[in-house]
Amino acid sequence: MRNPGYWIFHYGLLALFVVFALFPLFWLFKVSITPNDLLYSEGVRIWPSRMSFDHYGAVLRHSDFPLFFRNSVIVSTLTAFFSTIFAAAGGYAFSRFTFGGKLWIVGLLLVTQMFPLVMIVAPIFRLLAPLGLTNSLTGLVIVYTAFNVPFAVFLMQSFFDGIPKELEEAAMMDGASRFQALLQIIFPLTLPGIAATLGFVFTAAWSELLFALMLNSSTAASTFPVGLLAFVSKFSVDFGQMMAAGVLALIPVCVFFFFIQRYLVQGLTAGAVKG
Amino acid sequence: MTTLDLSASPAPPHALLRRIVLKAEPYLYCFPALFLIAAIMLVPLIVGLSYAFRDLVLLDPASGDYIGLTHFGEIWADANFWNALQNTAIWTIVCVALQFGLGLTLALLLNQPFRGRGLIQALVFLPWAVPSFLSGLNWAWMFNPVIGPLPYVFQALGLMQTPDNILSSPDHAIWGPIIAMVWWGIPFFAITLLAALQSIPKDIYEAAAIDGAGAVERFRSITLPFLAPTMAITVLLRTVWIANSADLIVVMTHGGPADSTQILASYIFTQAFQRLDFGYASALAAVMLVLLLAYAMALVAVRQTLLARH
Amino acid sequence: MASIDIAAVRKSYGATPVLRGIDLTIANGEFVVLVGPSGCGKSTLLRLIAGLELIDKGEIRIGGRRVNDLPPKDRDLAMVFQSYALYPHMSVRDNMSYALRLRKTPKEKIAAALKGASAKLGLDALIERKPRALSGGQRQRVAMGRAIVRDPQAFLFDEPLSNLDARLREQMRFEIKKLHRDLGATSVYVTHDQIEAMTMADRIVAMNEGVIQQVGSPSDLYDNPANLFVAGFIGSPAMNFLQARTVAGPGGMSVTVGQAEIAKVPPATPTGPVVLGLRPERITLTAPGQGAQAAVDLVEPTGLGMIVHLDLDGQQLKTFTTERLPLKAGERVGLMVPPGSFCLFAPGTGERLAG
Ligand SMILES: Nc1ncnc2c1ncn2[C@@H]1O[C@H](COP(=O)(O)OP(=O)(O)O)[C@@H](O)[C@H]1O
Ligand SMILES: [Mg+2]
Repeated sequence: MRNPGYWIFHYGLLALFVVFALFPLFWLFKVSITPNDLLYSEGVRIWPSRMSFDHYGAVLRHSDFPLFFRNSVIVSTLTAFFSTIFAAAGGYAFSRFTFGGKLWIVGLLLVTQMFPLVMIVAPIFRLLAPLGLTNSLTGLVIVYTAFNVPFAVFLMQSFFDGIPKELEEAAMMDGASRFQALLQIIFPLTLPGIAATLGFVFTAAWSELLFALMLNSSTAASTFPVGLLAFVSKFSVDFGQMMAAGVLALIPVCVFFFFIQRYLVQGLTAGAVKG
Repeated sequence: MTTLDLSASPAPPHALLRRIVLKAEPYLYCFPALFLIAAIMLVPLIVGLSYAFRDLVLLDPASGDYIGLTHFGEIWADANFWNALQNTAIWTIVCVALQFGLGLTLALLLNQPFRGRGLIQALVFLPWAVPSFLSGLNWAWMFNPVIGPLPYVFQALGLMQTPDNILSSPDHAIWGPIIAMVWWGIPFFAITLLAALQSIPKDIYEAAAIDGAGAVERFRSITLPFLAPTMAITVLLRTVWIANSADLIVVMTHGGPADSTQILASYIFTQAFQRLDFGYASALAAVMLVLLLAYAMALVAVRQTLLARH
Repeated sequence: MASIDIAAVRKSYGATPVLRGIDLTIANGEFVVLVGPSGCGKSTLLRLIAGLELIDKGEIRIGGRRVNDLPPKDRDLAMVFQSYALYPHMSVRDNMSYALRLRKTPKEKIAAALKGASAKLGLDALIERKPRALSGGQRQRVAMGRAIVRDPQAFLFDEPLSNLDARLREQMRFEIKKLHRDLGATSVYVTHDQIEAMTMADRIVAMNEGVIQQVGSPSDLYDNPANLFVAGFIGSPAMNFLQARTVAGPGGMSVTVGQAEIAKVPPATPTGPVVLGLRPERITLTAPGQGAQAAVDLVEPTGLGMIVHLDLDGQQLKTFTTERLPLKAGERVGLMVPPGSFCLFAPGTGERLAG
């Protein structure tokens, strides 16, 4: 349909996007496998003359990184799970009902996105400390879930909006309660949307640094971003190890995101589900 | 419980109950989300706002008094604030514009069927998964001429005379975090715009093509109007998030050199965690909240009038 | 199978009244068609019967049982939607058996019901397919099948044929009617298409702006429309409406358009301006000089016959005839209206005048 000139332009432009997207990740990896003695002398070479996985070994064996990693997995998974459930319920209400105060609730959800979170660090600390929720993974899960729910609600709402209302009405005529219709008819159709929301929240929780830092002072409850920072804050920054830790931490999110991104597009596409 | 004879009673008692349950249903669905948001975000927000009216410095036992609007007077007279406000505007506008422009381009490219689309899409969306402070560290590393390749790339492109670290130039340092932010944020725009593009019914394009509309005309008269609602909401959210995000700047430049990259969000961060002046930081955050709310309302109003015109 | 009684039902969305007091009794086994222009509240009424919306005022009884506050699942009605609303992730089999599975019907009974329904609708070969692998007509059949496997109290149809092309629509019309004949189930059928209403209904309920205009058999509505709305809505080509007068003359009372006398009316008719309603196919064309004089404006052949557009004293008028007359534009013709094949309406209210 289009001429070859167009396709050269098309692939050329896409190649630039791919390079732009992947080059920094490549560099991260390159630094992580560069031996310490070559880090500066061969700093700007595209590939070091000698590669080593010592940094990885050091990170895995001689640091608390495995613990941080485990904490991050727990916190991100639980956050993604709870955020998605709460957001699915809220998004469903927004999509299917008209009710008093709906506009106000939408307004409130928007307000939660409008201020620097720094502003509520101290109040949240004061709220959680007496409950024993500082220095605790549970506390982080609660806080992250709250932070991620507003956007996730909008996301889930748009997924539900894409599913015709007649489907659950048909189910109700067939003898299902609204809840049964939701579970048996709507839920299976929202799976891509749910996968997308899970991935979205998981990524956000995986990356969070400020509150992970402020609500914790113990190693036991630190997540990996805090752990990464530990490599930096010492006077002798061990860049090789830090980058290795960074690569290790990136693997799960990238794999996760790699697979869910198409559901994100698919779920947000209006009119994809037809009854 | 007594059994109810449904056919006999004119208005069975469970009727009222069912109406109440039906009315309450949406609120029940919303409740967990709202409760959590209220407890963890809105209450702390109100407490945080109250700090703006107090002289509150951490580790200073003498502080804590209510001082009315004093902080806001100080803000008015604070040259750093005005500098940060100006930088915030530049930072936000440039980041949003670049992310949007590149995101839209990418979405348009990915909206055509071609071989390898699935893989390419997954690859170009990857930066979104990278924690922003890690990407900040990595970009800072890459901008460093001793250990990073970028200064040489810029020199080769004629953007720099000598391979210098862009992050140490007072005139250009802001571009460092901007590039990192754009890198991270393109996927968000591309994903939402791609979804919106795929929602446009294909037959509209065919009809327009038959009517003799060229590619540019089709883009202007079909694609743009269809995308407008999505664009409005994504631009709104992204603007607010970018304006509020301090981490790249804190990690890459600490607001320097000479405050040339200090934006409001990073200034607030500095006030709170380096000077420990939570009162002043809260007052700054309150100003920011008001500015962003005004911006959001303006954008929503524009969107309403645009929708009303169609 | 059950009767449906609707008494003084009102429904508003916000401040907009959509149904303004509906009274209707649907007998056991009857096929009732709700017809009216789009937006008149037909679907809303159907959804109130279904329980998908709650009524504001009034009462609905199904089989004598008051259902105002029963959720849809407890009303035991089946509904066919315009969009079909097939469950996209379920096969045809699962779509059709969903209702039975919800009721925990034994497996053998489900299988038997499925078999019967799919045979009736010719779905046997499609039973394992997913809806997206079906054509529009096949989807429509599955939607029907989903309704009939259950043997419900009544069937509700909301414009079930609107998404089909003309041929399929005609065929499904016939099949639905046959199904009704075989099953004898109470059915409420919503459509904006008066031909569907005329061909399928035992009784038609004509609605406009949330008010029932007339209830009656198809021939009732056709021959004796209660008002201008029903007269104009039922019948194709539509009834002609002419500005006319009733006058007392030497030969008794008659109705005239301009100077031309069209027909005699009973002596009791009051004199004055009226709207004269003439069905195009009830007008007889004659040679010029006989009857009222008109000029041919345009001739549209339809195959079956022809529609002749006439100018009668400055007013437009259509006639339909199955004769093939050699008429040309500009030609003068006479027209005659047999006694009893016209209607008179009050100009202000649009109500039918006696006579
Ligand atoms: N859920 C709703 N909220 C607000 N107005 C509605 C709703 N459903 C229908 N209406 C309005 O009620 C009127 C009647 O609608 P409907 O019963 O669907 O008409 P139709 O006769 O075409 O089926 C229309 O004007 C429609 O806009
Ligand atoms: Mg309708």
